[in-house]
Amino acid sequence: MYDLVTGPFAWVAFGTFVIGMIVKLVSLIILARKKDKVVFDHLDLGWSIRSIFYWLIPFGSRGMRQKPVFTIISFAFHVCLLTTPIFLLSHNILWDEKWHITWWTVSERTADYMTLILIGSAMFLVIRRIVSPEVRIVTTAYDYILIAIATAPFITGYLAYHQWFDYKTILIIHIISGEVMLIAIPFTKLSHMVIFFLSRSHIGSEFGQRRGSKTW
Amino acid sequence: MDDVDVDTEFIKETLKALKGARFKAWLQICAHCGLCADSCLFYLAHDKDPKYMPSYKVAKTLGKLYKRKGKVDRGTLEEMAEILYGNCTLCRRCAMYCPFGIDIAIMMSAARIICCSQGLAPDGLKATIENVIKTGNQMGMSTEDFIETCEWMAEETEEDLPGLQIPIDKDGAEMMYTVNAREPQFYPQDIAEAAMIFHVAGEDWTLPSVGWDCTNLAMFAGDTKTMAKQVKLVYDAAERLGVKKIGITECGHAYRACRFEGPYWLGFPGGEPPVPVVHSVELFARYVREGRIKIDPAKRVTEPVTYQDPCNISRSGGLAEEARYLVNALCTDFREMEPNREHNHCCGGGGGYMPMGPRFKKRRLESGRIKAEQIRETGAKIVIVPCHNCFDQIRDLDKEYDLGVKVVHFKTLISQMMIIPDDMKPNQQAS
Repeated sequence: MYDLVTGPFAWVAFGTFVIGMIVKLVSLIILARKKDKVVFDHLDLGWSIRSIFYWLIPFGSRGMRQKPVFTIISFAFHVCLLTTPIFLLSHNILWDEKWHITWWTVSERTADYMTLILIGSAMFLVIRRIVSPEVRIVTTAYDYILIAIATAPFITGYLAYHQWFDYKTILIIHIISGEVMLIAIPFTKLSHMVIFFLSRSHIGSEFGQRRGSKTW
Repeated sequence: MDDVDVDTEFIKETLKALKGARFKAWLQICAHCGLCADSCLFYLAHDKDPKYMPSYKVAKTLGKLYKRKGKVDRGTLEEMAEILYGNCTLCRRCAMYCPFGIDIAIMMSAARIICCSQGLAPDGLKATIENVIKTGNQMGMSTEDFIETCEWMAEETEEDLPGLQIPIDKDGAEMMYTVNAREPQFYPQDIAEAAMIFHVAGEDWTLPSVGWDCTNLAMFAGDTKTMAKQVKLVYDAAERLGVKKIGITECGHAYRACRFEGPYWLGFPGGEPPVPVVHSVELFARYVREGRIKIDPAKRVTEPVTYQDPCNISRSGGLAEEARYLVNALCTDFREMEPNREHNHCCGGGGGYMPMGPRFKKRRLESGRIKAEQIRETGAKIVIVPCHNCFDQIRDLDKEYDLGVKVVHFKTLISQMMIIPDDMKPNQQAS
């Protein structure tokens, strides 16, 4: 089972993620070429980069400055979500064994804290969805499922690292949950990890190049 | 769901035509984070009632239309129209607060197109559309009446500025000036003030006898045919007269329609109008900067003044700094509203709200509470507003919330405060 999930399943997951995102991006760009003339008339590199940059650094936009708690927690969530799996020592060992690639790693202790930060911030996001009326009113079951998909690899990873419950079973569940997340990205709202850059480029250029206003 | 009163096929086709990459991506990635809520004046003015938050309003209108593939009954469309016209002024402020930069107001506009196609635009807007179809201007004014009003204003003003003319249809003028139809109808003084400024600045200008109304309430109603028709009248007039630019009166949405959106409705390449379009704010700032208009330092306003950034001039027009240059030239005690520039709040009268009619008045004044509070906090006695909708709304807010402010256009202040060169003064001419 372990060989299956780290072998063919992993290939399927990474393949779906990469190919799915490429197909998604290319089809969006082709559709925009056909139906959104306004996008390409005004697309501007400088305005795009600034529009992305100010929303990619904490407190870069006025909106973020007005919501300091949410800003800190959502940054913690996203940073841990993206960096923990990539710089985790045991992942690097695995990739080294399988594909002979490694890069920098963080200490296991740091990774442990990052995992806890991610789980904690995910809990905050869930509670916020329930408690804040303006978030609750737009929340659907789908939103909770997405948080679950994104958080499951971390919860199971934490359990596996600390060898709670049956290590082998937990490890396999952990690997599968990670693969599920990868596969889900191109087909769900999680695709915002890439589309964010397109939509921010557009709005930055739409207000900036076209009209001369900032969007941050 | 067969509803005789709803053209489901048309709605379906329109939804399909509208769904490009932007709508597709926006509807797909909205993470329901709720960060747009606090950006919305309706949400804030209704004590954070969540049903006024932008993302929810889209979900209940355009989102629902897509989800049901256009199959909605008339009752549902009527509910949507209430949200689309009554709970949003298309100010586009939420686009600045969405981490993904989703342009929610553009989606609201798209849903308005669908409601309008089924006859659900508010009566006030429908009336202006009928007028445009009949006469080419939203007030239904005849060409004769318009020309007469201009002649009358030229006569009135000639006492102060001998030789002042309001040229109609002057071929090859440098600039074709266009007005809001409210001006000849209710505020002819506005035309006189602009004429005085142009006279002193030595502008080579003209008004067209047809295509003089630069407003575009069809844009807010969602009537795609009429919005294109009206902006075409303006462009055609400019091309007929062979002018080098089109000047826009102190009106926000007119500038947005003629400068930015019109070219797309008519399919001009690159989204640029056939003749360059300048707003009064830009024009007047240029006169002052170039010394063509000199402001009498002794006449500068010393009372506290604040400036209302109209959404379609600052956020969607990029003229926030030009306006401040002018305000500072005219006043000694300028106080900014908070927030300001591209982050300003809509006055609550935008997006066609102002002319929607009496049924919407109470809601309009409620939604204007945020603007009223902003103005009160500045302690200003004068609010400078380069937009007709903001102008009317803030005057209503002044009464409703007892603000004790005077609302003025730039041209009123400039025409009163500019130095008239000696050779233009009446006694000089007589002697």
